[in-house]
Amino acid sequence: MKKSISIMLTALLFVSVLPGCQSSGTNPDVIKIGVFEPLTGDNAGGGELEVEGVKLANELFPEVLGKKVELVIVDNKSDKAEAATAAARLVEQDKVNAIIGSWGSSLSMAAGNIVKDAKVPAVGASCTNPQVTLNNDYYFRVCFIDPFQGTVMANYAISKLGAKTAAIIQEVSNDYSVGLASFFKDSFILNTGAEDSIVDTENYQTGDKDFSAILTNIKAKNPDVIFAPGNFTESALIIKQARQLGIETPFLGGDTWETPDFLSVGGADVNGAAFSTFFDKSMTTTDAAKTFLSEYEKKNPGKEPAAVTALGYDAYILILDAITRANSAEGPAIRDALAQTLNFQGVTGSTTLDANGDAVKDAVIKTVEDGVFTYLDYVAAQ
Amino acid sequence: MIGKIFRNNLTSAILVIILILLAIVFYAAQIGHMEGPVLLQHLVNGISLGSLFALIAIGYTMVYTILSMINFAHSDIFMISLYFAFFSITVFNMPWVLALICVAAATPLVGLLIERLAYRPLRGAPKNSVLISAIGASFLLENAATYLFGGRPKAFPDIPALTRVISVGSVNFQVVSIVIPIITAAILVILINFIHHAKTGVAMRAVAKDYEIARVMGVNVNGIISLTFIIGSVLAAVGGFMWGAKYPGVTPMMGVMPGLKCFVAAVVGGIGDINGAVIGGFILGLGEVLIVALFPGISGYRDAFAFVVLIVILLVRPSGILGSPVAEKV
Repeated sequence: MKKSISIMLTALLFVSVLPGCQSSGTNPDVIKIGVFEPLTGDNAGGGELEVEGVKLANELFPEVLGKKVELVIVDNKSDKAEAATAAARLVEQDKVNAIIGSWGSSLSMAAGNIVKDAKVPAVGASCTNPQVTLNNDYYFRVCFIDPFQGTVMANYAISKLGAKTAAIIQEVSNDYSVGLASFFKDSFILNTGAEDSIVDTENYQTGDKDFSAILTNIKAKNPDVIFAPGNFTESALIIKQARQLGIETPFLGGDTWETPDFLSVGGADVNGAAFSTFFDKSMTTTDAAKTFLSEYEKKNPGKEPAAVTALGYDAYILILDAITRANSAEGPAIRDALAQTLNFQGVTGSTTLDANGDAVKDAVIKTVEDGVFTYLDYVAAQ
Repeated sequence: MIGKIFRNNLTSAILVIILILLAIVFYAAQIGHMEGPVLLQHLVNGISLGSLFALIAIGYTMVYTILSMINFAHSDIFMISLYFAFFSITVFNMPWVLALICVAAATPLVGLLIERLAYRPLRGAPKNSVLISAIGASFLLENAATYLFGGRPKAFPDIPALTRVISVGSVNFQVVSIVIPIITAAILVILINFIHHAKTGVAMRAVAKDYEIARVMGVNVNGIISLTFIIGSVLAAVGGFMWGAKYPGVTPMMGVMPGLKCFVAAVVGGIGDINGAVIGGFILGLGEVLIVALFPGISGYRDAFAFVVLIVILLVRPSGILGSPVAEKV
């Protein structure tokens, strides 16, 4: 009895594997673009916004070289190990022609060697850590990088807020946060001219909930401004708990804050928090931006698109443009076309990729006003 | 010797906590780079976190006492209770007190269901099988929650009665930060009295000692085990509600870290001993906060603190602070 059941189960296993084998072969009439994003876990809020942009672009531009473009969306679960597995799945099993993603520099870096070895070009939408594209011919991105972002926020703190001292709260398990914090620190020290202008640096881990101890330490140092780049949920909790401890100091952060979760978790306490990001709807300089905004409005009436949604859209249309220019869907050909990207007109402005594969773009500073992200300032690229 | 006199005695728990507190305050004053109000603020933060850990640790320890198994799904029952609280307040518009009661009533159903489906069929099986079953139940709950509620954080509604900030001098804390220690202390007193004096409590201890004999003596073993799961789940629900008010982001994986720490707290205090679980909770909560306070350079490693304490305790005193030697427990 037991034996027959086990034989049946084994047979069932084989049957369920078979269709998987068939679908993983390459279909010459379809071009596959892998979308590699955190859809569950701590970064899910950011990943969902990017996928939203990619899907919108795919609906508007579903074909290239006369072939249908198919999106293969995989969840990297906000986890570095899972990210490597997800990327490997895309290149080995799904045999995608190109990859978009991921929100979160650490997650993108986890896929770095995989896309390089498989010669499948990847375009990051909003991963800003310089390490993502460094020494990797197959990784590109459509956003600016953190040395610029750190400088933007340091200048903002000094010139607009008149800050002379700052404290840093960084998410040590996140390369993005640590990198951005260090660029902010360098720029802040350079511009204030005082080595001791960073009065305190505190660390936390992704997923932490209680920040009372590090905030109590910071309160004792009484800085003019607190720079706390990091994941949106944790950042919102930090600001909330700071206000509860009676810390009135302004909070500054980076692009990752622009998610609905930051507002919903932070509530009224995140009002006034300012951060740098990539795009605002007032920057409708290109035709692509006009199309994007009107189509987004059609699908989501009354909702403002997040900057990373615009970047997800840009990553998709840039890959299609590269495939058209290469007149080929082969990885190395797409890669070469991507590397030569010059003045590509995307939603977030004109994109030119430099030797590392990074875009040089302007930054926007936004703040939270009555629970809504609001445009505050604009900083031109250097 | 002293341990034997004070074992299972509330005063011993309080005594040890006060001693630890005094030692820390003394140490902080010694190194002298911390002002009084700042230290006081850290202590308030630590006590409030520690009593939350204690509440959840009691659930681990109670199930362990009865079944000699670690209920890994406990942390996920805690997580489910937060979703219950979230939905009862946002969807059903309940006032928070009513929501708390409903959550405390609904969460034990999940605990009972897990006991019924994952643990009871394995009653006679080797301990390892039950343990694996517990891990399975834990993954099942996490993935079910991800599937049903999505991976993105849900904002736990603000409860002004609990989150209002009170300022005493330059020390600020939320109402919930004093409510939690009070609830923990009250539950500790009630539970200890229940276990030592109520008839059901005595039956519970009998099942913990030897459930075969207890059954022969006419104790309804399955009923007692179910009751244990109910009590554990109610504590997880109350702890979860307070946790949500204090740290308002609800995600399917949020139970994992608190669950691990509370498990460590139960082991450190001496698994199988309720006083021990409370002491363990306080040691971890206070320790975590004070390690950041006293050594800001290593603030990123605060999670490691719980596990370092676990290793030290397992090396020095494997049965935990209040635990009885392993040989007696079988």
